[in-house]
Amino acid sequence: MDILNAVVVLANFVLIPALSYGSQLALGALGVTLIYGILRFSNFAHGDTMAFGAMVTILFTWAFQNMGISIAPLPTALLALPFGIVVTAALLLATDRVVYRFYRQQKAKPIILVMVSLGVMFILNGIVRVIIGPGEQRFEDGARFIINARQFKEMTGLEEGLAFKASQGLTIVVTIIAVAALFWFLDRTKMGKSMRAYSDNEDLALLSGINPERVVRITWILAAILATTAGVLYGLDKSFKPFTYFQLLLPMFAAAIVGGLGNPLGAIVGGYIIAFSEVTLTYAWKKVATYFLPASLAPDSLMQLLSTDYKYAVSFTILVIVLIFKPYGLFRGKAV
Amino acid sequence: MRNAALFALVAALYIATGMMQSWNTALAIFNMGLISAVMALGVNIQWGYAGLFNVGIMGFVALGGLATVLVSMPPVTEAWAAGGARMLAALAFGAGTIAAGIATFRRMQPGRRRALAVAAIFAVGFVLYRWAFDPARDAIEAIDPASTGYLGGLGLPILIAWPVGGLLAAAAAWGIGKTALGLRSDYLAIATLGIAEIIIAVLKNEDWLGRGVKNVVGLPRPVPYEIDLQDTPEFVARATELGLDPATASSLWVKLCYTGLFAAVLLALILLTQLALKSPWGRMMRAIRDNEVAAEAMGKNVTRRHLQIFILGSAICGMAGAMMTTLDGQLTPGTYQPLRYTFLIWVMVIVGGSGNNWGSVLGGFLIWWLWIQVEPIGGFVMNLITMPLPEDSGLRLHLLDSVQHIRLLTMGVVLLLVLRFSPRGLIPEK
Repeated sequence: MDILNAVVVLANFVLIPALSYGSQLALGALGVTLIYGILRFSNFAHGDTMAFGAMVTILFTWAFQNMGISIAPLPTALLALPFGIVVTAALLLATDRVVYRFYRQQKAKPIILVMVSLGVMFILNGIVRVIIGPGEQRFEDGARFIINARQFKEMTGLEEGLAFKASQGLTIVVTIIAVAALFWFLDRTKMGKSMRAYSDNEDLALLSGINPERVVRITWILAAILATTAGVLYGLDKSFKPFTYFQLLLPMFAAAIVGGLGNPLGAIVGGYIIAFSEVTLTYAWKKVATYFLPASLAPDSLMQLLSTDYKYAVSFTILVIVLIFKPYGLFRGKAV
Repeated sequence: MRNAALFALVAALYIATGMMQSWNTALAIFNMGLISAVMALGVNIQWGYAGLFNVGIMGFVALGGLATVLVSMPPVTEAWAAGGARMLAALAFGAGTIAAGIATFRRMQPGRRRALAVAAIFAVGFVLYRWAFDPARDAIEAIDPASTGYLGGLGLPILIAWPVGGLLAAAAAWGIGKTALGLRSDYLAIATLGIAEIIIAVLKNEDWLGRGVKNVVGLPRPVPYEIDLQDTPEFVARATELGLDPATASSLWVKLCYTGLFAAVLLALILLTQLALKSPWGRMMRAIRDNEVAAEAMGKNVTRRHLQIFILGSAICGMAGAMMTTLDGQLTPGTYQPLRYTFLIWVMVIVGGSGNNWGSVLGGFLIWWLWIQVEPIGGFVMNLITMPLPEDSGLRLHLLDSVQHIRLLTMGVVLLLVLRFSPRGLIPEK
C-alpha cells in the first residue's frame, strides 16, 4: 500500500508535471532546431515568438469568450489556436522578408544572424508588452481537471490523491499529434524531403532544383505552428507572462543542443531530458521517501537537492556537460 | 574631422539637457554614460577584436556589483561567529569536490569505471557539501535578518572593489570560456545567456552572501556626502560666491567627483585598449577574427587567444558593474534585467562602430542619452498621437501606459537599422 502511495505521489508531483513541461519544451526546441537546420543560426527570438503567438491566441480567445463561442469541456484557446498560428506565421514570414533575407543573400556569418535575431527578439518583446502589458494573463476555461485528487482518492481508496489537470492532458495529446504530423511531413511529403535534403547539403539540394526560398518559407511556417502551440500550451498550463517566455529560451536551447542542433528527434528527447532533470532535482523528496523507508529512517529534511529558483542552473549544467563531452549532442546534429 | 564632429554633437546633447532640464540631470546622465562607455569598451574588445558574441554582460556587471558589497561593507561579526568558519569550510569543500572530480577524470582511463568514479565523487561531495553548507547558511541568515542576515564584507575602501569586481567577472568568464569557446560560435552566446541568468539567481537567493532581494543599502562612498558639504562653512561660502544655493551645489559637486573618478578609469582604459589594438597582439587578434583558419595555419592558438580576450572583456564589464553599484550606493539584484544590461550595451557597440574603441565610447554616451530621453519624448509623441481620442478612452490610456515598453521597441529597431544599413557604425574601424 505504501509503495502504491509513493508511486501516486511521484506521479502527481514529478511524472505528470515533467511530462507536460517536457512536451512544451520539446515543441519549443523543435522550432529552434528546425530553424537551425535550415537557416543555420540559433534563433534567439524563438521564446518571444512563442509569447507573441500565445498573445494573439489569447486575444482571439477573449473575443470568442465575449461572443459566447465555446467548445467546452475543451478550452476556448484551442479553437483560437489556428488563428494565432496564422497571425504568427504572417509575422515570421514578414520578418524573414524584411530582416533575415538580406543577410541570407549576403551569406553573412551565422553569428551576425544570431545578433539580428536578438534585435528581432527585443522588437517582439516590445510589441507583446505594448499590446497586452507585462503582467500575468489568465485565459483558460473549460474543464479544470481530467481527474482531481478527491475523485482519485474515492476511486482507489489510497491516501494520496492524484490530480491530472486538463491542461496537462491537453499538452500531452496535442504534442503527440503535432510531433506525429511533423514527422509525417518531413518523412513522407515531397516538401519535407526537400527540406531535409536542403538541411543536409545546401549546394546539392540547389543543384537538384529545390527552391531555397520556398524551403525557408515552409520552415518559418512550421516554426510559427510549433512556437504558437508550445506558447499556448505553456500559458494554459502555468499562466501567460511575457517575461517567462524569454526565460524559456535557455531550457529550449539546452534541449535542442542536448539532442543535437538540427536534429528533430533529438530536440524531443532533449526536451524531456531537461524537463525531467529540472523537476526531479528541484522536487522535495521527503514525502516519497517516508513511504519507502521504515519509520525509523524517515528523513527530517525536505530532501530537496536544489531550490526551485535554481531550475535554470539545471538546464545550464546539462548544457555544459553536453558541450564538454558530446558537443554535437546525443543524436549527432549538424556541424557548422 | 567627422569623428570630432560626432563627439561634439553628443556633447551638445548633454549640454542641451543641462540648459533645458537641469545640470544635475545632465551630470547624472553623463556619469552613467561614462560607465556605459566602459562597458561598451569591454564588449567591443570581445566583439570588435575577436568576434565573440557575449550575451551575458548582465551577469558580469552583477558580479562587479557583488564585489562592492564583499569589499566595502563592514563585516557582520555575529554572523561570522555563528557560521562563518563553517561556511568557508563548506565552500572550500565544494571547490575541492569539483577539483577532485576533474582530477579523477583526467587521471583515469576512459570507460565505464571512470564515469562511475567521477559520478560518485560528485554525488558524495554534493551531499557532504549540503550537510556542511545548510546549517551555516541558516545560522548566518538568522542573525538580525531585518538589517543584516549576511556575512558582510571586508570593510575596505570601496575603490578596491573596482579591480576586485573585474577579477570576479574574469573568473566567471574563464569558466564559461573553457567550456564554450572552440566550439561553434553560437554556443558561446547560449552559454553566456545561461550564466548571466544563474548569476542573477544566485544573487537573488543566496541571502548569506549579499542579502538577496532584501538588498544591501548604504554602501560606503569614495566621495563626500552632500549633507557634510552643506555643513562645511567654506563650501557654503564658495557656493554662494558662485551664485548657487548650497543644496544644489553639494549635489553637483558630488556628481563631479564621481565624474572625475569614472573619467579617469575610462581614459586609462581607452589608452590601454588603443595601445593593445596597435600592438602586434592587436594585429594578431584581428587576423584571427578575419580568418581563423589562416591564423591557425600560421601557428596561432585561436582558442587560447579567444579565451584570453573573452576574460579581458568580461573583466572590464565587471569593473564597470562595480563602478555602477558604487554610484548607486546599493546592490539591488532585482533590478538586473537583460534588456538593460546586456542588450543596451550591444546597441551601443554596434551603433558606435564595432572594432573601434572611440566608436564604442561614442555609442555609450549617445545611446545612454537616448535611453533616458526616449521615455519623455515617447510620452510626448504618444500624447500627440492619441489627442483625437477622448480623455477617458481605454485605448488612449492603454497606449499612454505602454510608453515605457516603447523603449525596447525603439532600441530593437535602432539595432536592426544600423546592422542593415550601416553595419560599420558611426565611427568605422580603420
